[in-house]
Amino acid sequence: MRARVLVRPKAGILDPQGQAVERALPALGFTGVSNVHVGRLIELDVEDPAQLPQMCEALLANPLIEDYEIVADGPS
Amino acid sequence: MTAFSPSRKHRALGLTDSEYELIVELLGREPNDVELAMLSLMWSEHCAYKHSRKLLRRLPTTGPHVLLGPGENAGAVDVGGGLAVAFKVESHNHPSAVEPFQGAATGVGGILRDVFAVGARPIAVLDSLRFGEPITSDRSRYLLERAVAGIGHYGNSIGVPTVGGEIYFEQSYEQNCLINAMCLGLAPRERLIRSAAAGPGNVVVLLGALTGRDGIGGASVLASAELGDGDEAKRPSVQIGDPFSEKKLMECCLELLDRDLLVSLQDLGAAGLTSAASEMASKGGVGLDIDVSGVPLREPGMEPFEIMVSESQERMLCVVEPERVGDVVEVCGRWETLATQIGSVIDGELVRVLDNGSAVAELPVSVLVDDCPLYDIAPEPPAKPVYASPPAALAGTESPAELLLALLSSPNICSRRPVFEQYDPVVQSRTVRRPQEADAAVLQLPGGSAIAVSIDGNGRRVACDPRAGAAEAVYECAANLACVGAEPLGLTNCLNFGNPEKPHVAWQLTEAVEGLARACEELGIPIVGGNVSLYNEAPNGPIFPTPVVGIVGSLPDAARAGRSGFASSGDAIALVGPFEPSLTGSELAKLRGVSPTGPLPAIDPTAVRAAHDAVREGIRTAVFHSAHDISEGGVAVALAECCIAGGVGATVQLPEGIDPFAEAPGRAFVVSGPPSALAGFTVIGEVGGDALEIAGQLKLAVSAMREGYDGVLAEVL
Amino acid sequence: MKFGVVRFPGSCDDVDALRAAELVGEAELLWHADRDLHGVDAVIVPGGFSYGDYLRAGAIARFAPVMESVAEFAREGGLVLGICNGFQVLCEARLLPGALLPNVSLRFVFRQVELAVARAEGPFTGACEPGERLSIPVKHTTGRFYAPDDQLDALDASGQVLLRYAPGHNPNGSLRDIAGICNEQGNVLGLMPHPEHAVDPLTGSIDGLKIFASMRVHLDDRVLAF
Repeated sequence: MRARVLVRPKAGILDPQGQAVERALPALGFTGVSNVHVGRLIELDVEDPAQLPQMCEALLANPLIEDYEIVADGPS
Repeated sequence: MTAFSPSRKHRALGLTDSEYELIVELLGREPNDVELAMLSLMWSEHCAYKHSRKLLRRLPTTGPHVLLGPGENAGAVDVGGGLAVAFKVESHNHPSAVEPFQGAATGVGGILRDVFAVGARPIAVLDSLRFGEPITSDRSRYLLERAVAGIGHYGNSIGVPTVGGEIYFEQSYEQNCLINAMCLGLAPRERLIRSAAAGPGNVVVLLGALTGRDGIGGASVLASAELGDGDEAKRPSVQIGDPFSEKKLMECCLELLDRDLLVSLQDLGAAGLTSAASEMASKGGVGLDIDVSGVPLREPGMEPFEIMVSESQERMLCVVEPERVGDVVEVCGRWETLATQIGSVIDGELVRVLDNGSAVAELPVSVLVDDCPLYDIAPEPPAKPVYASPPAALAGTESPAELLLALLSSPNICSRRPVFEQYDPVVQSRTVRRPQEADAAVLQLPGGSAIAVSIDGNGRRVACDPRAGAAEAVYECAANLACVGAEPLGLTNCLNFGNPEKPHVAWQLTEAVEGLARACEELGIPIVGGNVSLYNEAPNGPIFPTPVVGIVGSLPDAARAGRSGFASSGDAIALVGPFEPSLTGSELAKLRGVSPTGPLPAIDPTAVRAAHDAVREGIRTAVFHSAHDISEGGVAVALAECCIAGGVGATVQLPEGIDPFAEAPGRAFVVSGPPSALAGFTVIGEVGGDALEIAGQLKLAVSAMREGYDGVLAEVL
Repeated sequence: MKFGVVRFPGSCDDVDALRAAELVGEAELLWHADRDLHGVDAVIVPGGFSYGDYLRAGAIARFAPVMESVAEFAREGGLVLGICNGFQVLCEARLLPGALLPNVSLRFVFRQVELAVARAEGPFTGACEPGERLSIPVKHTTGRFYAPDDQLDALDASGQVLLRYAPGHNPNGSLRDIAGICNEQGNVLGLMPHPEHAVDPLTGSIDGLKIFASMRVHLDDRVLAF
């Protein structure tokens, strides 16, 4: 199966990358932007999607500081 | 490609009609597409130096310490104790103007490979950077920030310290930033290895990363044409650097050499496999077979010509005796580095490219490497000034104190700390003098001795007077070494110029090479390698002519390496050297809006050499507690920098007739030491207090000077 | 006594750590793919960019075969010192609490910083004086120590914070100025500053030597106690 894992900083954790983007956008004339967070996208083909949560907990995300979301994209 | 007639195709690849005709004549036939792609790169300015090679013959290249000279991947000098230091500076200007982070990063990656290709472990990197004005130009700030980040990304990740460098900001670099990276490597003398292929029947092995479509045509598209609009479209051919792959490749190559498993080694840089194979064959007087079907690819469906010219990073080519291939593969496996047999050394003088055994290109080595026409350039001094006057930043009514503060906070003079803090200067535990602690970086060697290195080149002064300005770069670099107690052993240079087909640029280049050659002869410093970057030109004109020189020297006792900052209150301060400065080409002249023209003050080689000797000796014997050369901003800025670095003030009286802001780089020094020890020199004052006072001129608190000096780059970065 | 210094692909300060350890004892490199710790008395997980620091700093290195043995060694009370990237690896491996996040500046920072010794006892700081200042360089992009508030309180209460950045010296935005913490048992220390780059008067300070000397003294005492 083709899957996407979205990893983002946990709510409330200082996210300097998100802040930098949030500061940069108004400087380019884009106003009305808030709550910017920068995370990672991991795309993978996986034979057993049931293992994805374990993969996230063990390696793909650091549960202490990051949330993850698994998105199934259908057959690979 | 089939849509074009042959005559159109070679033009698209950057070859002139007459060059193409010469190729047909030399081959006795039309080249096929693979051959044309290979030749267009080998005959590009970047690879063939066709507009500079004749001039470069003027440069002195021999000396008692030289172990490897120009033509190898890097030059090398003997530093004693059975050790050699290999070093080279190289430009990555055009790629960095397109994508500064990757351009600068791969610039560092490329120069590191040049150094470990001769068997030396990279131990230090320095960078010489040029951008447009940072305060007024968003683009310049962007290029500065991303290039510095890219240099740090690569150097820090691979564990090679960045120990020094220099940055200048001038309007003329607005469109063409300069990114020159220098690397030094250390090796036991006997482990230095050359790139000449040898031994027909030996195996050609490709090491390192997968080959993709990176930088296809990069050398000819990016390095041999002026930049104009539409740079965005060139982005796909930018190379991406992976310092992690290179770290493994480096450790792998050094282990292969430690175990004596290689016949020769060559890095893959511009023009990729084509250039590496041609150079190895040419130097060894042999032929090579390369079968592209064996090259591990990152993208499917790559054509033979793409594989031959790909500039994918982090790859090396080596020649191995057949019975040692197994050992090579084993070592590479441990370092997670791919090692693939892709060809063999053959008798004769052909580079043959095969695809699954059938030949797709067959070119004589000489046609690839030697037969590109070398062009005479037509130098002509410019009839009118080449460069516009900079905007005046001063009203003309400032007091000397205000002038000194303006200079200390000008982008060309202010503290580089916000940049250096992004680089690791200490990894490998050799760094005795970090950036801004002394005029040159100092690295300790086993046994207590040390080497010193500096990189210098003030383009504005070369624009004023190309011959004298280029000579000054050599003198200033040598002066920086003297300040830490080091004796120069060898020099590398990177010549960054505009379009040499324009007569005034040709004149700048010719004059600068003459100035470099003479200064090297006068100081007895051989040039062991270098690089030329031409066509650094935007629609509004060329960059300042910018020869950048890096000198490596040695000192007997690392513990006595000099510092630039004043050391103790009560020390006397003296001027050493023939110092007759002028405001021509000075930083103050720039702030006043004066255009960069006019002859620079002459150099008296004998007197300057004596001054360098005196400073070097004073530092080595610990008679001097500090030494700093007088360059941008004149003696006032030099004194201010000594105060800021030492955290202490000074009171001085300048000799009659010396403008405190006038410049004469490379000739004179501010030194400090016990009064009794400085008796033979021109004593001008004393260290002490918390302010710098120049009698009759100015008095400024050290804290006030530091504030201006520290602030500027931190604000723009 | 013998130190073992782990070498991952991408380790950069491994040889520096080896030389620093050799100033107080014997030392050898431990290859990442080798589970055998060669009978060393203490393990150093050095700085650098193990596995390129791809994904997250330290995230891949923790799965190296040698790390299984290091984790077991730590559980049995063996001394483990993680420096910079090594600290990141030990946090990822859950041998230390908390996590290291990108610096507030988002940039790599090299700086000679002052550390205050928060706790001058135990295997890593026993040779220091309480409150002593140590001048040691930092160099990292991902060194901002983070843990949830309650965990920070617990670390403070249990005396697990051994080193803090002195006032005005926090280079990365670490919570509570934390520069180095140990585990509950006190036998695993992680710190962002590089003590191995502060062991030679020629190249800077020699304050980092106190960390290695403390380890040596602790191990010698342990031997004497038997």
